[in-house]
Amino acid sequence: MPLNFANDLETNVPTVQIDGLSHWFGMGNTRKQVLYSVSMKIDPGEVVLLTGPSGCGKTTLLTLIGALRRVQKGELSVFGLQLRNSRRKTRQIIRRNIGMIFQGHNLLRCLTAEQNVQMGADLLKNLSYRKRRKLSRNWLVEVGLEDQMEKLPHDLSGGQKQRVAIARALSASPRLLLADEPTSALDSVTGREIVSLLKRLAIEQKCSVLMVTHDPRILDVADRLLKMEDGMILPVVE
Amino acid sequence: MQDRKIPLAWLLLTRQPLRLLVAIAGICFAGILMFMQLGFRDGLFDASVTVHKLFDADLVLVSPRSMSSISMSGFPRRRLIQAMAHKDVIGTTPVNWNFLLWRNPQTLSTRAILALGFEPGSPLLIDPNFAEKAQSLKNSGRVLFDDLSRQEFGPVPEWFSEGRIVETEVAGKRVRVAGLVSLGPSFGADGNLITSRETFLKLLPSNPPGSIEIGLVRLSAEADHEKVLRSLAASLPNDVKVLTRQEFIDFEKNYWRTSTSIGFIFTLGAAMGFVVGCVIVYQILYSDVSDHLAEYATLMAMGYRLRTLFGVVAREGIFLAVLGYVPAYLSGQALYALVRSSTKLPVAMDPQRTFLVFFLILFMCMASASVAMRRLVDADPADIF
Repeated sequence: MPLNFANDLETNVPTVQIDGLSHWFGMGNTRKQVLYSVSMKIDPGEVVLLTGPSGCGKTTLLTLIGALRRVQKGELSVFGLQLRNSRRKTRQIIRRNIGMIFQGHNLLRCLTAEQNVQMGADLLKNLSYRKRRKLSRNWLVEVGLEDQMEKLPHDLSGGQKQRVAIARALSASPRLLLADEPTSALDSVTGREIVSLLKRLAIEQKCSVLMVTHDPRILDVADRLLKMEDGMILPVVE
Repeated sequence: MQDRKIPLAWLLLTRQPLRLLVAIAGICFAGILMFMQLGFRDGLFDASVTVHKLFDADLVLVSPRSMSSISMSGFPRRRLIQAMAHKDVIGTTPVNWNFLLWRNPQTLSTRAILALGFEPGSPLLIDPNFAEKAQSLKNSGRVLFDDLSRQEFGPVPEWFSEGRIVETEVAGKRVRVAGLVSLGPSFGADGNLITSRETFLKLLPSNPPGSIEIGLVRLSAEADHEKVLRSLAASLPNDVKVLTRQEFIDFEKNYWRTSTSIGFIFTLGAAMGFVVGCVIVYQILYSDVSDHLAEYATLMAMGYRLRTLFGVVAREGIFLAVLGYVPAYLSGQALYALVRSSTKLPVAMDPQRTFLVFFLILFMCMASASVAMRRLVDADPADIF
């Protein structure tokens, strides 16, 4: 796959295309299979929710799609770029176009809420410092943190940190958003608002969303619901 | 491209002020150590030629048996007269050079002082005021005392400026101080005095009258020094060596550098400062990277390149270098001033050493940073999910 597609990736391919993806952890006798020939597809602008009991391989699948892990067996392409045996540069381009909302929010401790969000916006090329700064502020307002911009993560509550992490993921204008339980630390009202925001983003910017969640209150935003169990995706029940 | 970004390296450093302070103190300490050791080394070498630099000469004749200013051998004075035969030589000054015992006029204890004997009619020092002072040496038993000599020689400059007649003994014979000159103590000599050859020979009767230790040769303005040097070296017998002024200075410095352990000791001291600094900076940067490993991994997961993250660590190294160097430079200046006032050694901040120490500190920080970067490769973005 030529690399000069880097900054304007093709839009008419599925955002994620998975075919017979298997994954193992550990080596030798302790080797344990966590994914069994998973196949799925996410189209641009689609909101997919992934549910299932803990330990069924949801997070592993998410990290594989996020180009954070090496693909062991099967086909996995994101934005049309093949991830199996991919080069570091390819993985970096994919990561740059994916917004990730981590379970442990992982904010940079030495940066204020605003600066954390700007670390995401700084990945955008061809935007002036002023514009990137404005963009970051707008996202913080969107997640309802206009009064907390100058605070360090240390001084924010768990829910506020979660929202900063969401603003950071959104500020890089991702084409795909991977979220691992984004509403776990939020109360039902804020959780609802955040999920609606993600849904709106998916529609407005044709950004696909893959969200792992246990929260039954937000299942209605999904275009499609996937259930996972024991490393396999269960047949779709419409 | 992006013009401005969040100064991540700076924020990583400054959001932990205590650790930053420790780092700066460590680098600063290493810098001061290097400044002092290199300063002492260069100062001592420079100090060994304080008098050499003041001579009014284009070429200098010395005995090939002379090793340094503390062990000068004599050669026949006739060689200077022979040198005069060269058409480019416009003047010569024979100089006797030896250490004599000076009696402190206050405490009456004795101490070796470097005595220079020359013909008061001919020039000796570059200082234009010197010729006038030299006239007073035409009377026998008169000396000019170096007012920069160490205090152990007695309060001669003070007494003299008060208008008192200062008389004391040199090599057991009475002399009177007829004036003051400023030469400065050197490595070999704690003090200096200048007198006429006539008085010098009286003080040291065992010295053969036809023998001198140094011959100063002045050339006409248009003369090619190298050429004259070669033709003099060829025409004079081999009981005398012809040196340019610079060679004469280097000859002395070289003795201290190569024939004594001074150079080695101080260079080793500076090297130790460098190593100590490396260890400190490495510790700081390594623990910084380790502490923030999850955050670096997050940045990688967001799509930042490993190269960008290397850049962050490198910038931390540069900030540490600059922040550590500034106080080291200022402390170095202060300590040099202290050394100058207490030892009268010519220790000063010269641009060359200023750059050298900065370069060493920068190198130290960058080397430590590049080792600490290896830790970054361990940052696994898959771990943070």
